[in-house]
Amino acid sequence: MTTATNVLPEPATPVRRSKLAGAVGDALVLTERNLIGYVRIPEALFFSTVQPIMFVLLFRYVFGGAIATPGMSYVDYLMPGIFVQTVMFGAVGTSIGLAEDLHKGLIERFRSLPMASSAVLAGRTTADLVRNVFVMVLISAVGFLVGFRVHTNVLAFLAAIGLMLLFAYALSWGFSIIGLSAPNSETAQLMSFPLLFPLVFASTAFVPAATMPSWLRPFAEHQPVSVVVNAVRALTQGGPTARWVVPALLWSVGLLVVLMPLAVRRYRRAI
Amino acid sequence: MTTKSTASPTPAGPFAIEAEGLVKTFGGEVRALDGVSFGVERGTVLGLLGPNGAGKTTAVRVLTTTLAPDQGRARVNGFDVVGQAQQVRESIGLAGQYAAVDENLTGRENLRMIGQLLHLSRRDAGRVADELLERFALTEAADRPSKTYSGGMRRRLDIAAALVHRPPVLFLDEPTTGLDPNSRNAVWSLIEQLVAGGTTVLLTTQYLEEADRLADRIVVVDRGTVIAEGTASELKAELGETVLDLGFADPVTAERAAAVLAGHWPGPPTAEGTLVELNVTSGPSQVMLALRVLDEAGLAPGTMTLREPSLDDVFLNLTGHRTFADEELEEAR
Ligand SMILES: Nc1ncnc2c1ncn2[C@@H]1O[C@H](COP(=O)(O)OP(=O)(O)OP(=O)(O)O)[C@@H](O)[C@H]1O
Ligand SMILES: [Mg+2]
Repeated sequence: MTTATNVLPEPATPVRRSKLAGAVGDALVLTERNLIGYVRIPEALFFSTVQPIMFVLLFRYVFGGAIATPGMSYVDYLMPGIFVQTVMFGAVGTSIGLAEDLHKGLIERFRSLPMASSAVLAGRTTADLVRNVFVMVLISAVGFLVGFRVHTNVLAFLAAIGLMLLFAYALSWGFSIIGLSAPNSETAQLMSFPLLFPLVFASTAFVPAATMPSWLRPFAEHQPVSVVVNAVRALTQGGPTARWVVPALLWSVGLLVVLMPLAVRRYRRAI
Repeated sequence: MTTKSTASPTPAGPFAIEAEGLVKTFGGEVRALDGVSFGVERGTVLGLLGPNGAGKTTAVRVLTTTLAPDQGRARVNGFDVVGQAQQVRESIGLAGQYAAVDENLTGRENLRMIGQLLHLSRRDAGRVADELLERFALTEAADRPSKTYSGGMRRRLDIAAALVHRPPVLFLDEPTTGLDPNSRNAVWSLIEQLVAGGTTVLLTTQYLEEADRLADRIVVVDRGTVIAEGTASELKAELGETVLDLGFADPVTAERAAAVLAGHWPGPPTAEGTLVELNVTSGPSQVMLALRVLDEAGLAPGTMTLREPSLDDVFLNLTGHRTFADEELEEAR
């Protein structure tokens, strides 16, 4: 029996916790794990901000002159759209990360452990939320550099950021379903774009809906991305806020409530 | 020897693993498991032997609760894999076919993470990680990201991760595929130490040699069904202890040699290309007989090799086909 103690660790007793505390603890352990991954590859984080910065420069200095925006300068109109676009593209990271975990067999290992079945998804989406916070700080700085100004107050600006992070967090759960259904991480990314593009570009993120053809206008005006962008504009530039902020919150919470259980269900069947 | 684990072992029955008529299909056509039944007694090693696509990984996934069977039942450590999945998970360790370690984390971080997910205190998770790193000869590399590890180190880390909670039942899916002979031996002696300590092990392999060395019993699967079962010596007795390969100048001569030998040999010799393959069941006299018969017919072989039967031989013997099930399925489609 001496050989046995050579291999196995000395026994340790698990800490008894309530089911909820256990699930939260598991999610935090995996959040930490994912954040370590982001920290170890800072290039990935850096280059994921390059694209939104290019968009800022492109629309601010190339297309912007041709786009008329009533009541505000184009840069003030543009930046809320860029913010929302950025957090949404960040949410694609959720699908890529999960597809990688699935492909490398990590999800199989996690599923063979007696842990909460929400933990892997909660850990990934939370890590991507934290990542989005960093990206938002960076893009805000770029925005201020190219002339974007908040015409309300700091609190309203922070509320706008919070709203966008919540919206992106809800979308992350949706993208996790794509990640768990894709054959590999490259495909997960490709599969995310057909969903992302119409939502981001057939919206009021970059141009007013008034310039769009009549068949597209109703969608562009009412789809959730436009609602959130308009809410952010109201919060940063002034004007009636409740009209947009309330539906934006409803959309975000509604999506979260629907997508979370769907994603967990998909996770239970993944592999 | 008492096995300490987070799930109290249930007294019921001598079997740590029981599978009954497991069926699993993918997309309605591929029957990955087509009625698989077997049992593994506590404290023993079962080798699940089979070629690519036989259904080994699928069986492991069903038994480790990561895949639900379409039909059939299975119990692990006395718990039902469908109805009592959580208790099963507390009883098992899994090292899947592809070493499932987080490449961005160091070896130590990987093991700590598993400990924390098993709800060990931070201190205990750290201690268990350190002990396992030490015992798996990974201490030196402990603080390097695991993506810098060699295949053998990664595999050891993966097996270590399966042992954090001292599970009484361990599943190893092709634990030595892709390892060099040294690393393979290291993994083998590791498994032997675990079994000596009372752990029940189910390991899948494509190597007869591996099953031979480690497994108390062997279950041979092919295309989702069990085609043979027994100890290594039982399987070999069926086949002959040794295989004699005779090489000839060209395929025609080989065919003729096989025909000449057929009359003097208990099992039919098989000719493949320039090689004739014979199962030797009764030692040197049989080899001498073969050479004498060939000499008389003026068909002296150019080369001669005596070797252990391979999985391929077992399959040829049991099923009449060689072990390329995946490609064959591909062709059939
Ligand atoms: N998720 C899946 N979807 C579709 N088919 C699958 C899936 N998993 C396995 N199969 C098919 O089921 C059969 C058995 O596969 P399995 O992975 O269990 O074989 P295996 O014995 O582990 O093979 P290998 O030695 O190559 O690992 C194969 O034909 C495989 O293609
Ligand atoms: Mg396999």
